[in-house]
Amino acid sequence: MTPNGSSGWPPRGSLSHERPFVRFPGWAPVEKPAVSYFSDVGALVRKDLLLEIRAKETVPAMLIFVVAALTIFHFAVPTGDVPVAASQKVALGLLWTAIVFTSLLGLTRAFVPEREQGLMDALVLAPSDRSAIWLGKAISVFAFLAVTEALALPAFAFFFYGVGWNVVAAIVLADIGISAVGTLLGAMAVAGRARELLLPLLFLPLAIPIIVGGVGASIASGPKYLEFLGLYDGVFVLLSWAAFEYVVSET
Amino acid sequence: MRQRISNIPLPALAGATAVLFALSISLIFFYAPTDPNQGLSQRIFYFHVPIALTAYAAFGWGAWKALRHLWKRTEGSDLESYVAIHQGVIFGSLTLLTGSIWARISWGVWWVWSDDQLVLFLVLFLFYCAYFMLRFSVEPGPSRANMSAVYALFGVVLIPISFLAIRISKSFIHPQVFTSNGPQMTHSQFLTFCVSWLAMLFLLATLYQTELAGKRLDTQLKELRELLA
Amino acid sequence: MITATNLSKRYGAKRIFDKVEVRLEAGGFLLVTGPNGSGKTTLLRMLAGLDAPTKGTVELPERGMIGYLGHEPLVYRELTPLENLHLFGRLYRVPERGERIGMLLERFGLWEVRSDRVSTFSRGMRQRLGLCRVLLHDPQLVVLDEPFNALDQAGSELLDATLDELHGKSAVVVATHDPERVERLATQRLAFA
Repeated sequence: MTPNGSSGWPPRGSLSHERPFVRFPGWAPVEKPAVSYFSDVGALVRKDLLLEIRAKETVPAMLIFVVAALTIFHFAVPTGDVPVAASQKVALGLLWTAIVFTSLLGLTRAFVPEREQGLMDALVLAPSDRSAIWLGKAISVFAFLAVTEALALPAFAFFFYGVGWNVVAAIVLADIGISAVGTLLGAMAVAGRARELLLPLLFLPLAIPIIVGGVGASIASGPKYLEFLGLYDGVFVLLSWAAFEYVVSET
Repeated sequence: MRQRISNIPLPALAGATAVLFALSISLIFFYAPTDPNQGLSQRIFYFHVPIALTAYAAFGWGAWKALRHLWKRTEGSDLESYVAIHQGVIFGSLTLLTGSIWARISWGVWWVWSDDQLVLFLVLFLFYCAYFMLRFSVEPGPSRANMSAVYALFGVVLIPISFLAIRISKSFIHPQVFTSNGPQMTHSQFLTFCVSWLAMLFLLATLYQTELAGKRLDTQLKELRELLA
Repeated sequence: MITATNLSKRYGAKRIFDKVEVRLEAGGFLLVTGPNGSGKTTLLRMLAGLDAPTKGTVELPERGMIGYLGHEPLVYRELTPLENLHLFGRLYRVPERGERIGMLLERFGLWEVRSDRVSTFSRGMRQRLGLCRVLLHDPQLVVLDEPFNALDQAGSELLDATLDELHGKSAVVVATHDPERVERLATQRLAFA
């Protein structure tokens, strides 16, 4: 694809020799909709991951925050003379608290490039389905959460107790819900005035069921809580996917 | 284009509400049987539960109007949705208040976590307060209307999900052994309950139409000012 | 191409503009002039389909047929020109993406820096990349808000040539507070006070 090839194209020199790059309007390439939708999502996910790898702003902040939060919890919860079983439960509750607030940090930063540089305009004018913007962003938020939690769990084991696979499963399911709902709300908060304040207010009531499901699955046995998280995810992923179009359109 | 201020004549609606309330209050205090355990104070049940159900109705109506706005682009749906949710929050606050009073009277505490409905209203109250924060932080326009509508739909979906969450959370949050509903209602209790509920719904309708009329007048006034300016 | 009737925009009590009419055909060139803060940007955003008017209607070509350049060039700073244009090329369904990107970068003098991050560019280079993005999908309607602002001499000449090429083919809307440059191309004018 190099234009410096020996074919002599594009020709240099005076403008009149150059092939005009304004073609006659009217061509519209035809693609299979499903293929192009996932290509769009893929391109957007790649974009977000690249941006984060280069800017290195969001994930390090989340990592530091979660470890700092766990440290504070270690000092804030006097479990010295409490039986181990009870303090284990309390500690798991704190883990989930840390996860929710760390997620908020990540979500607040999710739309930063689009907001600061006005790029939402360029994305929104594209003929691609706008829900692809949501899906791409939600997937990358999920990735950031996963990376953060991969460090948070060992840190939690260090400060408190080790965790079992039920906790990991619950975290995965919870992350899906957090990413889905948080991305949609993040796009809403971007449009408003008190952005950093608005997102927590919008998000936390919706996070309450996630906390219940997460803590329940961490403490109790049986699939009930994981099923509940699955239900939450199913419902809210669908709703967020369908509603995103309306959140970003100006008309 | 002049919009009718109110589709239903307001004085008639208010009058019907007043009549229903008179009927309901007399039933509550003179007709419904006295509870053997709690006595007079149990009668607050006839206020608390209808108010709660009416709040759900308001949120549901708000969500319906929100759906109309997004789907059919009906003019004025955004305002109707907003007013409905506003009323829902008012009735929701009353639910929390009457629920708290009832808890105090029945069990001597100002709050019971075992009352699923009460806890649900706490969550919904937080959610819908955020709705107003959202509305106040975005410029009026199609964008704000769209976002409010989406959020209202999220709210109505949250209602059953939160209720389920609260239910299943009771196994690890230490439950107090209080029950909120007594035995099945007798016929006279049921009648009183229904009349009271009907009265509350009419009250909602009256307040809703009144606020809606006020806001529509406001809008028309603004438009007139702009024309003259 | 654009039919806009009775457009009016208000923010609260502040009236930005009232009763604006625009009718632009393919090949037409609308020149919007006026001092800063007079509402040019608001109107251009409306004509690009990014904002809704308080009153009035706007009819525009289908989404994906519009190219918009605002005060910001709308490119990702931490990506390279190639990455930026491949992303937008993908989203805007540009066929033969690689070839077209190469052609545009070459044309606007950015081929040598195609793999450098945009954050290392000067304002003028970013603006040129923004123009590449706008033209990438060969839009039927091109909306440019103060495009000459950030450009240096060479860049401005490139833009002049571009506008010459677009003239008569796509519909173009340009807002500028320096109208002499594009006066000759304008088929319609709109002046904001």
